[in-house]
Amino acid sequence: MIRNTAAQMADALAKGETTSVELTQAHLDRIAAVDGHVKAFLHVDSQGALAQAKDVDARRAKGEKLSPIAGIPLALKDVLAQKGVPTTAGSKILQGWLPPYDSTVVGKLKDAGVVIMGKTNMDEFAMGSSTENSGYGPTFNPWDLTRTPGGSSGGSAAAVSAFEAPLAIGSDTGGSIRQPAALTGIVGVRPTYGAVSRFGLIAYSSSLDQAGPFGRTVLDTALLHEVMAGHDPKDATSINAPVPAVVAAAKSGDVKGMKIGVIKQLQGEGYQKGVQTRFDESLQVLASLGAEIVEVDCPSFEYALAAYYLIAPSECSSNLARFDAMRYGLRTGDVDGASAEAVMSATRDAGFGREVKRRIILGTYALSSGYYDAYYGSAQKIRTLIIQDYAKAFTKADVLVSPTAPTTAYKIGEKVDDPMAMYLGDVATIPVNLAGICGMSLPAGLADEDNLPVGFQIMAPAMQDQRLYQAGAALEAALLSKWGAPILSKAPELKGAK
Amino acid sequence: MSSLSRDDVAKLAGLARIEMTEAELVELSSQFGLILDAVARVQEMDLSGVKATSHPQPLENIARPDVVLPSLSPHDALSGAPAQEESRFRVPQILGEAE
Repeated sequence: MIRNTAAQMADALAKGETTSVELTQAHLDRIAAVDGHVKAFLHVDSQGALAQAKDVDARRAKGEKLSPIAGIPLALKDVLAQKGVPTTAGSKILQGWLPPYDSTVVGKLKDAGVVIMGKTNMDEFAMGSSTENSGYGPTFNPWDLTRTPGGSSGGSAAAVSAFEAPLAIGSDTGGSIRQPAALTGIVGVRPTYGAVSRFGLIAYSSSLDQAGPFGRTVLDTALLHEVMAGHDPKDATSINAPVPAVVAAAKSGDVKGMKIGVIKQLQGEGYQKGVQTRFDESLQVLASLGAEIVEVDCPSFEYALAAYYLIAPSECSSNLARFDAMRYGLRTGDVDGASAEAVMSATRDAGFGREVKRRIILGTYALSSGYYDAYYGSAQKIRTLIIQDYAKAFTKADVLVSPTAPTTAYKIGEKVDDPMAMYLGDVATIPVNLAGICGMSLPAGLADEDNLPVGFQIMAPAMQDQRLYQAGAALEAALLSKWGAPILSKAPELKGAK
Repeated sequence: MSSLSRDDVAKLAGLARIEMTEAELVELSSQFGLILDAVARVQEMDLSGVKATSHPQPLENIARPDVVLPSLSPHDALSGAPAQEESRFRVPQILGEAE
């Protein structure tokens, strides 16, 4: 039952072949069996989940009209506030915090009858690409437990990949949904900036952050996308427009006559051979389905990584000032006579991990007078050029494509002491965030040299998210008929699994 | 090659209100050269005449009618407080003795 798609589970629920309680219990059992190895979850809310499931079953029995994914269990990245449920953003500074309110995304999930099973592990405050920066220890890739699942939404991706949940939610500031989706062989979408409310999403870099869905298929991901997106008056950057018809697009999956632009700068040198091979193959598949492949030039993308690692740390140094030991979260060093400033400094030392400190210091430097124009100011201008490169490219193509990540999953510990090597893993995903557009990663097969999943990235203009699903569904269907079985059927069985 | 000395990092850590051990200061200053070289690449392009983008959307202030809506009760708002007294946040001393 747990290996079915969310769409199949929803169908079984609608037909009365199973109940949400049964489905939820099966996933909780799976979590109990394998999460000791994967460590995708920081907190499992079994009681709360079963209560939600029971409630949905009762509403269904009464004949209430329910959302298409009512009763389906889900894993929630620990960056989203859920009332009364521990929410840490992977940081020790928020250990034990119980939010007094629901984020808008959680509110929408509850309204839709989606069963939230628990909170998933992540790089602290979403700063990282491997989930190793979590204050609570790393998550392990279900394909190979010695490797990272990517990050920062590594817990959510691993949970879906390990069949602990059919659906999950992540957040993507520089690739934190798409890259872990690529490294664990699943589908992940970063919606257009402003399409999903950021109210209750613990901020890292406010002009780049966006929550989005994970699933094992393009359709499953679309079903969740449609439920979590939409205008929210509580978020001033929320776009007041209808949610793009992503489910209909995922069901149609037609690329005949679609123009697909290959970004010259996001392939070749620096990309692992097996990654490039699967990417090229997927392009051929799309061409055989009737898409027209063109090459597009985005010269400023070469500077995207540098611009990102100024803009995001700058915004984070400002956003994380709220963790001041005064109103919520950790407080240390509050001895008689200690000043507020001393308590604040001691608390932030004890509560923040290495990478968070590194980025706060970098951001503080980039914003300091005398350096502001040279660093933050220049980065903002690069951002303009990237937006212009995309605008030009989208006059030649309906969607743009690239490999999602330059390599497959790497070993735990391999890059943890080399921040620049770690940052390079985001080179293909970051431009989307800087421009505020949308992107998807879906499985393109396994790399020949290591038998690990490779991600294929599709990008579309702002509020044209349906194009991702249309192209993604076409590629997914063609690859599935070529492989004969979903990619996750090739993943090794996890120890302890029944 | 760019660099930041141990004292530069100490000053920034002070501004950011993060107490750091000597080992942390030394480690960060040793890593910063490489990171700064990498991010300084934003200065390689000719950016004269290019406008800065601070946000992917044109932002504007949004006002709503001034009516009372449900909000957190004092009890809920204080629920995560490290210390509280008389329905207020209790904080360490803010002003020095001499002030």
